[in-house]
Amino acid sequence: QDNRISIWSAGDFGNAGLNGEYHGEPHLLCDIQHNGDVMDMQFLDQERIVAASSTGTVTIFRHHQNNQTLSASHRWEKAHYHVDQDTSCGGAACTGVVCNNPEIVTVGEDGRINLFRADQKDAVRTIDNADSSTLHAVTFLRTTEILTVNSIGQLKIWDLRQQRNEPSQIFSLAGDRVPLHCVDRHPNQQHIVATGGQDGMLSIWDIRQGTMPVSLLNAHEAEMWEVHFHPSDPDHLFTCSEDGSLWHWDTSTNVSEKPSFLHQGGRSTAYLSHSTINQSVVSAWLSNDPTKDRMEITNLIPNQTLSVNSLDVLGPCLVYGTDAEAIYVNRQLFA
Amino acid sequence: DGHRPPQVVPGADPSARQLCFAWGPAEVLVCETLFGRAGGARSRCLSRSPCPSRFWGQGRAGAAAPSLTGSVSGTGEGAPNSSRVFVVRRDQDIYIQTLRKLFNESHGIFMGLQRSEEELAGKSRKAQLVQVSKNYRSVIRACMEDMHQAAVSTRDPALQGQYSTQVSILSAMELIWNLCEILFVEAAAAGPLLLRLLDWVRLHVCDVDSMVREVLSSESPSKHKLFWNVVDVFVLQGRMDEARHLLSKEASANPTSMNMYKILDDLMKKMPVPSLGNTQTLTELELKWQHWHEECQRYLQDGTFASNPHMESICKILLGDEDAILEKKELMTTWYHFLVTRLLYSHPTVKPMELRFYAQSSMDLFLGGESSPEPLDMILMAAFEFEMHQVIKECSIVLSNWWFVAHLTDLLDHCKLLQSHNLYFGSNMREFLLLEYASGLFSHHSLWQLGVDYFDHCPEFGRVYLELHIERIPLSTEQKALKVLRICEQRQMHEQVRSICKIMAMKALRNNRLGSALSWSIRAKDAAFATLISDRFLKDYCERGCFSDLDLIDNLGPSMLLSDRLTFLGKYREFHRLYGEKRFPEAARLLLTLMTAHIAPCSFWMTLLTDALPLLEQKEVIFSAEQTYELMRCLEDLTAGNPDKQKFQDDDVETTKVEMLRLALARNLARVIVKEGTVEGS
Repeated sequence: QDNRISIWSAGDFGNAGLNGEYHGEPHLLCDIQHNGDVMDMQFLDQERIVAASSTGTVTIFRHHQNNQTLSASHRWEKAHYHVDQDTSCGGAACTGVVCNNPEIVTVGEDGRINLFRADQKDAVRTIDNADSSTLHAVTFLRTTEILTVNSIGQLKIWDLRQQRNEPSQIFSLAGDRVPLHCVDRHPNQQHIVATGGQDGMLSIWDIRQGTMPVSLLNAHEAEMWEVHFHPSDPDHLFTCSEDGSLWHWDTSTNVSEKPSFLHQGGRSTAYLSHSTINQSVVSAWLSNDPTKDRMEITNLIPNQTLSVNSLDVLGPCLVYGTDAEAIYVNRQLFA
Repeated sequence: DGHRPPQVVPGADPSARQLCFAWGPAEVLVCETLFGRAGGARSRCLSRSPCPSRFWGQGRAGAAAPSLTGSVSGTGEGAPNSSRVFVVRRDQDIYIQTLRKLFNESHGIFMGLQRSEEELAGKSRKAQLVQVSKNYRSVIRACMEDMHQAAVSTRDPALQGQYSTQVSILSAMELIWNLCEILFVEAAAAGPLLLRLLDWVRLHVCDVDSMVREVLSSESPSKHKLFWNVVDVFVLQGRMDEARHLLSKEASANPTSMNMYKILDDLMKKMPVPSLGNTQTLTELELKWQHWHEECQRYLQDGTFASNPHMESICKILLGDEDAILEKKELMTTWYHFLVTRLLYSHPTVKPMELRFYAQSSMDLFLGGESSPEPLDMILMAAFEFEMHQVIKECSIVLSNWWFVAHLTDLLDHCKLLQSHNLYFGSNMREFLLLEYASGLFSHHSLWQLGVDYFDHCPEFGRVYLELHIERIPLSTEQKALKVLRICEQRQMHEQVRSICKIMAMKALRNNRLGSALSWSIRAKDAAFATLISDRFLKDYCERGCFSDLDLIDNLGPSMLLSDRLTFLGKYREFHRLYGEKRFPEAARLLLTLMTAHIAPCSFWMTLLTDALPLLEQKEVIFSAEQTYELMRCLEDLTAGNPDKQKFQDDDVETTKVEMLRLALARNLARVIVKEGTVEGS
């Protein structure tokens, strides 16, 4: 098997063609061999990427921009393993990684949570057997708290300041214990969390209240692999699934109803009270009344065939990869 | 169907050891056994002569060439050398990195074709199919580009050679496909047929391109030594405008030949060619052409071009003089170029069915007995003869990979051109080729996903093949297992779902991941496995005195109902919780229900009764009289059971326990009778 981590250039933003569209194809800048499948990866900072491997190893790669090369700068072998670290030959897959420079948190099929620091050789903290089932994804809730989802349908909050190896809170779905595969937190409102399950259901949770989700939205026909709030425009949510579709969930209501601060570049925020802003934005995701707030859902893939495994979104750009070994870049998401 | 030439498996030597082999789904294992070659013993392996082992392909049409892709060494007991296992794989091409794009993109086109609307009839359907064919060809060309880039940029000569070979193979494939598109998919009629063939030749005979570029870019092209060659090339390919343009340069440089030039230019301008639209019928074209042909003939016979041999030969070519055309053999490079040129200048209204005669004679004239036709030539000939099956068969034999024939046959089948030509094992040719291609994909660690869709579109045997192959995909991570499971579930392959979930659950259990194991059994709705897991938990509890993985047991939810044992586990844990919260009456009731409703397994009753002891010994009376009678009955049931219990009664600890229980129950009964008999408040 030849797995590689690659860096691509998706074209200059400044160069627009005659119609204002840029038609260039992404081209490969550099790549490096990777041992095992890349299960998850994230940028640690401008130059470093953390990759989680199916062999249980977590690696930091450095991208040297001057000569366009990649090199492995640090590696934690056997970060995830079954039973005994020394005797286990295969290791357990590391399924999720999340970074908050310099801290890196990883979770794996062994139910273990590791906390690393980018400059330290050994793990800062390891919670063995944090979960009796597989942990599928992890994300930061606050700087000292993380959220994990597992294969028996539980969402758990862990407080890393505390020494005890127990989650501080457990949430679960009411019905069947459908495994949860992905989790993401609202960029501005830290109590709103979205998770995606094996049955393709999107759940929105308010972790301040109750142990059950606020809304369950029947979405995809198969496993939802990733869910992402748009980092700067969180009324938009993106989900991708094994059924080959990528959905754009848009809860931004009519232009006229929205407070005008979005249009005048924040100038009028001074005129609106804090509570009004919160109120209008909160109601979008936590509203139980589908008739009041329209949600527009669009499938961004015209001819779907194989699974969309991963996506990421930043500004007007959306990038996603499929099982047909293709990467798609959409640079005009909100056009 | 022809015999396959034997392929050598390097390193396996039947003269030294007896070899044995085993068929796998996509590969053959050949291994050396402990037995040496005894003199005179009848060989049990395939070869008959003491030479390196030969691997015979199957007798059916086109087994792809096998190649050695790996060998594993192991030590044999008592043998002087270690014995080796050879893995002989059929489809090595799927491992070529640069071809992956071809497989992936063509999969997309294939799926689009299968899903496309059948209701479109006539012209629009044909246009749709032609578009699909063009899409396939553009994918081949894109792949050729990539391969070419790779060949140019690599520094390893072996790799470079491999890439260059691949480029030429791909180019041949595109050549054949293009011809098939013209003749079969588009089924060009007389008239447009010639135009398409001209395009085809211009696109694919590019050996002369560099010469053309050289001459055109030079300062005075007419002085260039290859000038006339380039003019000839243009004429031979029917590129009249470009030829005339060059000739005008010559004319301006050479005013003496102005007269000749004018006449020739005029002839070339007036030459009637078939048009794509419906502007003229064939008969009109033939008439015009006949007229023009006679005019050329007159000029030639008048000796107009006698002073300039180059122009004279051009005029002869315009007249379709075979010898004149054949003189320019090096410029045409191939017999099919010769064929098209001939047709252009002697039979421009050629009908598709007439092609075969011209093709055969063209090839004979061109090769002239000096060289024999190559496989590619035979394939093209078969196409000109409209022998589709022959084309497919020849391609299968020559190419090392099923990709080309599978996709081409599928397209031709959609054009309704292949009769259901039943092969001896019942499926038709299209299905056979698709099955072979997809089976090859399945031996790849990642391209197998494409294979699934191909199997889906093989109505007879696709499902069976899929069932067999899907269970053999190595499941290295849970995510991969989930993908495989989703595929099985979507196709109602319940057996495979159960089997895969069992494998994953067993793996999880062995790694002590009880929650994962439970999650797999829930997916498969496997009650038996859930029982196994619960027993594991209960065993742990008995050994350690406390529950592991409380986060799982406390949060079972409705999945508790999957198996009785699991329900018991959940309820038992609830009992412990109630006890911990000092909610004794509820705990007592629950405990009793566990026994009387037969949720608890018999083996656990003793433990449950022992758990009841502290409740019986409480200061406050917890169990009512009814309940106490029930408990006593349970105890009696337990001890008076079968004669086996006699043995367990002999055990000191057990007998003590039973006695203690009996005492506690009696005491409780006494207290409760008194309590219940007492009137309140007195």
